[in-house]
Amino acid sequence: MIMERQNNKDDAAIRTQDLRKAFGEQVVLNGVSLTVPRGQTLIVLGRSGTGKSVLLKLLIGLQKPDSGTIEINGAEITKSPLNELNEMRKKLGFLFQNAALYDSLTVEENVAFPLRRHTKMKGGELQDRVRELLSRVGMEEAMKKMPADISGGMKKRVGLARALALDPEIMLLDEPNAGLDPITATEIDELIRELQQERSITSVVVTHDMRSVDTVADRVAMLNNGSIVIEGTPAELHQSDDPFVMKFMQEKREEK
Amino acid sequence: MTAKEAITPAPATKSELSLLTLLNHAFEWFGEIGVFLMRVIRAALTPPYEGRELIRQLDEIGAKSLPLVALAGGAIGVVLSLQTRDSLVRFGAKSYLPIVIVISIIKESGPIITALVMSGRIGAGIGAELGSMKVTEQIDAIEASAVNPHRFLVVTRILACMLMLPLLTLVADFCGILAGWLANTLIDKTPLQLFINKGFETIGFDDLLPSLFKALVFGFIIGLVGCFQGMRTSGGTEGVGRASTSAVVLSSLFVILADVVLVRLILMLYP
Repeated sequence: MIMERQNNKDDAAIRTQDLRKAFGEQVVLNGVSLTVPRGQTLIVLGRSGTGKSVLLKLLIGLQKPDSGTIEINGAEITKSPLNELNEMRKKLGFLFQNAALYDSLTVEENVAFPLRRHTKMKGGELQDRVRELLSRVGMEEAMKKMPADISGGMKKRVGLARALALDPEIMLLDEPNAGLDPITATEIDELIRELQQERSITSVVVTHDMRSVDTVADRVAMLNNGSIVIEGTPAELHQSDDPFVMKFMQEKREEK
Repeated sequence: MTAKEAITPAPATKSELSLLTLLNHAFEWFGEIGVFLMRVIRAALTPPYEGRELIRQLDEIGAKSLPLVALAGGAIGVVLSLQTRDSLVRFGAKSYLPIVIVISIIKESGPIITALVMSGRIGAGIGAELGSMKVTEQIDAIEASAVNPHRFLVVTRILACMLMLPLLTLVADFCGILAGWLANTLIDKTPLQLFINKGFETIGFDDLLPSLFKALVFGFIIGLVGCFQGMRTSGGTEGVGRASTSAVVLSSLFVILADVVLVRLILMLYP
């Protein structure tokens, strides 16, 4: 029994316990407990402003929770000093909502940014690695362009390549297909799925797009008013009789 | 009046309240910039060093400001020459014109004009750039890549300002003296060599060093205030505008205040 529990614990790449976060009077997360098994993809659904992005920022240590614990690969990170946090961050890839590419650097330099700082790669080797990453997301042609000269979908792809640069064990994706047309959104979802299968990466994807649930999710959690309403497989979500879940699904179906 | 009434403070008037709020904000600002500076110093002293970004900033802050600074320096030289000439002619001391122009430009006009022009160009630029990076989550992205944003963004910009301001001041001094001679020679033909010889009769390298030190301090102020205002931006594009404006206003103000202190200090150390 103890052995089994130990194994279960080791299998979790991410585990949060009773996370609470408030900004002034506004409570954004109110006791969120989640577990993401290694190699699986959890989609966090919810309406805009329900704390989904805050949850991701807590997971990578960009913000600190008011209370609760976060374990990444079994290590508690909420009280870690910055150098330990940075070691953990090297194993995480983060795709920001608007890609957050560095405006002053070319696409190539953006992807090379983490490689230059955390690997010994230089010159041709570095350039080959950047080219490989960009060609994987179909952006090899745009290497020399500036972020201002490429479209929103292309920025997301470059952001994805930058997040993958250090071969992360865990990917955190904040609305990977928000603001994109349906075809590009599906392409991005498919790309994420392929990358996850190739590299067996553990992922947390925050979205309010129901299409992503069927394309990329192993498990789904739905947030409402800072709490988890339901957590389970996509099939369990579809069968749920929780009034909020049903209303959310109904509205999203109509949007489609 | 009862004892109770005497110890109960009178309700604060509206102007008293706004003055208190202003003081409160000022203390908060100084506290925050102090903490910010400590972080920057810590980041500057620990490797890795961002050489590539420093070179980019040296070019952005130094080389690209050259025409503006040269023009401002030249303009000040012409104005000084015309104004001083008029005054000196009245006192029959026209021959002192080169000395007055050279001393005035090297000791005061050169550094202060360079710093004020640069706080407009660079203060606004740094404030707006870092501000927009903050609101578009680029600074979060740097942190998420396990890179210290203070080391990458702030240390490089402050260092570039500190290294470039003295060099740009030299350019402003050179253009100012040259333009001063030009303005003078158009009215009263004087050979350049004579003008320079007369101008530098009573001034030496010892007079240039404190002025370049002043420029270094001005560079530090412009870089620090610009970066601080940019990094604490909040509230979307409107916040970026505020960061940019406040960076210019505050850096210009602190440059002038620092000048007052530094002139006093330099006069004490180099009487």
